[in-house]
Amino acid sequence: MAEVTIKGWDTATMAAMAASDIPDGSYVNLGIGIPELVASHVPEGRELIYHTENGLLGMGPSPAEGEEDHELINAGKKYVTAIPGASYFHHADSFAMIRGGHIDYCILGAFQVSGNGDLANWSTGEKGAIPAVGGAMDLVAGVKNVFVIMHHCTKTGEPKIVENCTYPLTGKNVVKRIYTNYAIIDVEVNGLYVKELAPGVTFEYLQENTGARLLRK
Amino acid sequence: MINKIISSVEAAIAGIPSGATILVSGFGEAGSPVELLHALVDLGPTDLTLISNNTGSGQVGLAALIANHQVRKVICSFPKTSNSVVFPELYRSGKIELELVPQGTLAERIRCGGAGIPAFYTPASAGTPLEEGKETRILDGRTHVLEYAIRADYALVKCRKADRYGNLVYNKTARNFGPVMCTAASTTIVQASEIAEAGTLDPESIVTPGIFVSRVVEVRNPLDESILVAENKSYPWQK
Repeated sequence: MAEVTIKGWDTATMAAMAASDIPDGSYVNLGIGIPELVASHVPEGRELIYHTENGLLGMGPSPAEGEEDHELINAGKKYVTAIPGASYFHHADSFAMIRGGHIDYCILGAFQVSGNGDLANWSTGEKGAIPAVGGAMDLVAGVKNVFVIMHHCTKTGEPKIVENCTYPLTGKNVVKRIYTNYAIIDVEVNGLYVKELAPGVTFEYLQENTGARLLRK
Repeated sequence: MINKIISSVEAAIAGIPSGATILVSGFGEAGSPVELLHALVDLGPTDLTLISNNTGSGQVGLAALIANHQVRKVICSFPKTSNSVVFPELYRSGKIELELVPQGTLAERIRCGGAGIPAFYTPASAGTPLEEGKETRILDGRTHVLEYAIRADYALVKCRKADRYGNLVYNKTARNFGPVMCTAASTTIVQASEIAEAGTLDPESIVTPGIFVSRVVEVRNPLDESILVAENKSYPWQK
């Protein structure tokens, strides 16, 4: 295992890059973790409507200090704001939007993504670990474009992009694109294509830190 | 005359027996009926099955009920949050049962329970460990998983405003599971931050029609779970 020394992009940059790839007028669900940061980014000249599964369409960025509302939170239970034109709804309606194919994109965190787009993000399967699936299985079943945003390696330097997921699956063959601190990678039918590398990251370095074979665009 | 308003939280939850199955509204702290849950701690029924998205934070609300060993089983989608300490400990030591359900499946199981639909097929969880042991069927060329409706003996729900008919209006993302849970229980008990004069709620804006509600109790200025957790409070309150 190569020693992880390169930082690559920071999480705010990763979030901004993911937002910049989403077309004008899209409805976008944001998951827990780094995906929450995407709510702060709407590219100039576009209107993106962010959805949070707990019942808000039109989620805005975090509130200013002192403006937090305990009944206005996101999927990660963090305080958010509602943009003008936002709407609130109950959980069955929220998941009708998700499962019914009404949400155009979702951006999720992950423990592991495999070379064919399998996603594992709800349980490490270890003894004593508390499994927590949330809305992830409904999202990958119902949203056409599933993006993952995550650190390229675990805290101990293990690759999170792997040949086959060793953790329990959230869904099979569901991830379309992966944003990491090292690269943007497209999951296509014949493999993982590197779309963009972070400053200082070479293709070889990326491959050394990836558990599945990478292809050049 | 219909009047579903009850004078106290104690009276509102009176009669909930040991062994009951209870739906509890809320997503994290938003919409969690903390005062009803504390009254349930005081009442003391045991061997309860709780259906709720989470398992509570710190040592208050849902977590206080679990910490008091009144809960045998939880059915939920996300049993841990950054501040949940009670459930993880009991779960690791095998003292509480968990049925983990994808969040949309949980909402739909409850919705169906209230709507008289006994079961349904969903694509969520197909090909994952949560599919194991369940019937599956190929529909529209995809594997779908058979899920059964949930009905409960009681629902404990928080809302912003209610009237004596049991019509309810919620607040922002605190609405979450409340409306579907109200429909799926034999007895639905609601804590409202405000009671409105009958006839003053706009019929176009009522989210839960009163037919789904059994009892309403006013709890003005309800406790904020995150503030209690930050202050390290635990229920029953330490003297």
